[in-house]
Amino acid sequence: MQELINRLKELLTDGTVVRAIGWKKGDMPYNPEPAYFTTPEELDDFVYDGFCGANLSKMMIEAGKLEGKTAVCLKPCDTYSFNQLIREHRVNRENAYIIGVGCRGKLDIEKAREAGIKGIKSISGVEIEGDGEVVFDTAYGQKTMDYKDLMLDRCHVCKGKDHVIFDEIIGESQDTGDADRFEEVRKIETMTPEERFAFFKSELSKCIRCNACRNVCPACSCRKCVFDNTKFDSQQKANVDSFEEKMFHIIRAFHVAGRCTDCGECSRVCPEGIPLHLFNRKFIKDIDDFYGEFQAGKDPEAQSPLTDYTFEDLEPKDAVGRGDK
Amino acid sequence: MYSISRDKLDSLYSAIAENYDLFMPLKAAGKTNYGFWSEGAEGDIDTLKTIRSGKDAFFPQVEQLYTVNREFIPADVAGGEEAEKAADTPIRTKLSITPGKLVDHDFVVFGMRPCDVRGIEVMDNVYLKDPVDSYYKSRRDHGIVVALACHEPEESCFCTVFGIDPADPSKAKADVATWLIEDKLYWKPITEKGEALTAKLASMFEEDSQADAKVDAEKAAIENIAGQLPNAELSLEGWGAGKTDEKFDSPVWDKVYKGCLGCGTCTFVCPTCQCYDIKDYTTKDGIQRYRCWDSCMYSDFTLMAGGQNRQTQLQRFRQRFMHKLVYYPTNNDGMFMCVGCGRCVEKCPQSLNIVKVIKAFAKETKEVSADV
Repeated sequence: MQELINRLKELLTDGTVVRAIGWKKGDMPYNPEPAYFTTPEELDDFVYDGFCGANLSKMMIEAGKLEGKTAVCLKPCDTYSFNQLIREHRVNRENAYIIGVGCRGKLDIEKAREAGIKGIKSISGVEIEGDGEVVFDTAYGQKTMDYKDLMLDRCHVCKGKDHVIFDEIIGESQDTGDADRFEEVRKIETMTPEERFAFFKSELSKCIRCNACRNVCPACSCRKCVFDNTKFDSQQKANVDSFEEKMFHIIRAFHVAGRCTDCGECSRVCPEGIPLHLFNRKFIKDIDDFYGEFQAGKDPEAQSPLTDYTFEDLEPKDAVGRGDK
Repeated sequence: MYSISRDKLDSLYSAIAENYDLFMPLKAAGKTNYGFWSEGAEGDIDTLKTIRSGKDAFFPQVEQLYTVNREFIPADVAGGEEAEKAADTPIRTKLSITPGKLVDHDFVVFGMRPCDVRGIEVMDNVYLKDPVDSYYKSRRDHGIVVALACHEPEESCFCTVFGIDPADPSKAKADVATWLIEDKLYWKPITEKGEALTAKLASMFEEDSQADAKVDAEKAAIENIAGQLPNAELSLEGWGAGKTDEKFDSPVWDKVYKGCLGCGTCTFVCPTCQCYDIKDYTTKDGIQRYRCWDSCMYSDFTLMAGGQNRQTQLQRFRQRFMHKLVYYPTNNDGMFMCVGCGRCVEKCPQSLNIVKVIKAFAKETKEVSADV
């Protein structure tokens, strides 16, 4: 981490960049916040550890409009989002200085809470260079957890240790994948329509319509969201019934289809723990099946299968039919 | 004091539900939220914090205010010369307005933590003062609150900062105080409403001679932990009534808001946020007018035709904390509009929260005084 801080200080001091986007130390051992740093002194509060899961690429939409270059710290998976934003002309590549930061999987404090860990005073073993167990010092005694067991679900289906866009790389990365990315989707596909409906109904009925999933999503970068538009009935502040949220989530999933890089921020930020990534991943799996494997954000020049047309494309009726099985 | 063994809790819920609607923490799809209990639901009073607070009991997220129905009277019935000219166009309509139904029967809110009970007091100051909100009042009149002590407080809790006692719900403005200790729930009625509820459930309880000793030990254990929590000593100095001028233009706001996504998570999980919007659903024959929770974090909050009110996220962010820590106390004898439940501490997607705001201002004050 110190190497990263030193380098950022250097970039700020020599004028390569006028600001940096990274993570600022939290007041708890697990809650660093995405932040801007404009002076070397402010970087004393910089932190980069296992709890820095937030994908900072979307912040570059606004930062890219400011005067001068911005350094941004991106983990390997975040760089896919950044590429996708370039593809959509939402970020200015020229105004970004991308530091690819090393990653060995990011952590989910909810996993500790589910394991009954509470009253946390301090945590060790989450440093970026670390290896091994995470130790919690709590008001109820010392607890330990394996780093892997504390990882965000998305890190178990890691996209790999390579940054797909960067100006320089600081730190080592690991491919933390140890699960099949589409396993959960397959499980849902094998359900009967009734079971599937019941599953999504029970999950989506928890939705409180806080819009955190939308606001954090790098693919949701419309300047004015249709659901916020006061001039139409589409503005949705209340639900007809407890399952009304399905409209919002399904429309959102359709809108990001072919553009979603599967960064997993939607599920990470959902206060109700709704596995929102499943919608997006179903689309990704179908796109792979219908048009050949495609990873949004891997190549900023690549045409998305959904905005492209070739004579070999599947006929729409065949695509629709495949959903019935 | 009475007690009931933990394995009889489901029958206690059944017994309450015979006479009352029972609103309590239920576990569904892996998470615990308040909801109306029905046979087969999984009551969960072990989880310390429901994701949403219990405020829905008195101030639901969506509430029907009234329905307007338009009935067309065909031309031939309405009659007249005009009608003859356009024989098949309706020329008269009849409007009927049906008000939303007020709650008219008693219900029980079970397992509310002392912080959430204080949250109700905060809302009372808004909705029971003139002009009284009749929808809210009908719920307050009919709601019976059974509060529950906080077995094993968590690091995000800081209710003690606001003078709330997590160990003793009988100090909260509730009707019954309870403690869940090992294999028993201890039950102590506080108000008349609480006595009446207890009388109806009398056959469920046993008199427990050891109850006081058990409860005292639990209180001591909770207090011990509460004192060790990282934010137990959080200072509110500099906040409160009359601090508007001092705080409003502070440069600190610019430092603390930048990570804010402008989502509504903090406001929707908060037990004290009580702002709402009123909107209409257009139906085939009229409108349904409803109100629903609104969030000052949203770009359309109190939006006016000219594009006001708050146009930047800094302004929106400032509004939320100024309301909780300055404006509300100014209007309510210094009472803060935060109860230290810590839900925003746990749930903000960007890890911003009221504690960080308070600490950022404290740090600034320290630095400024050091410079002098």
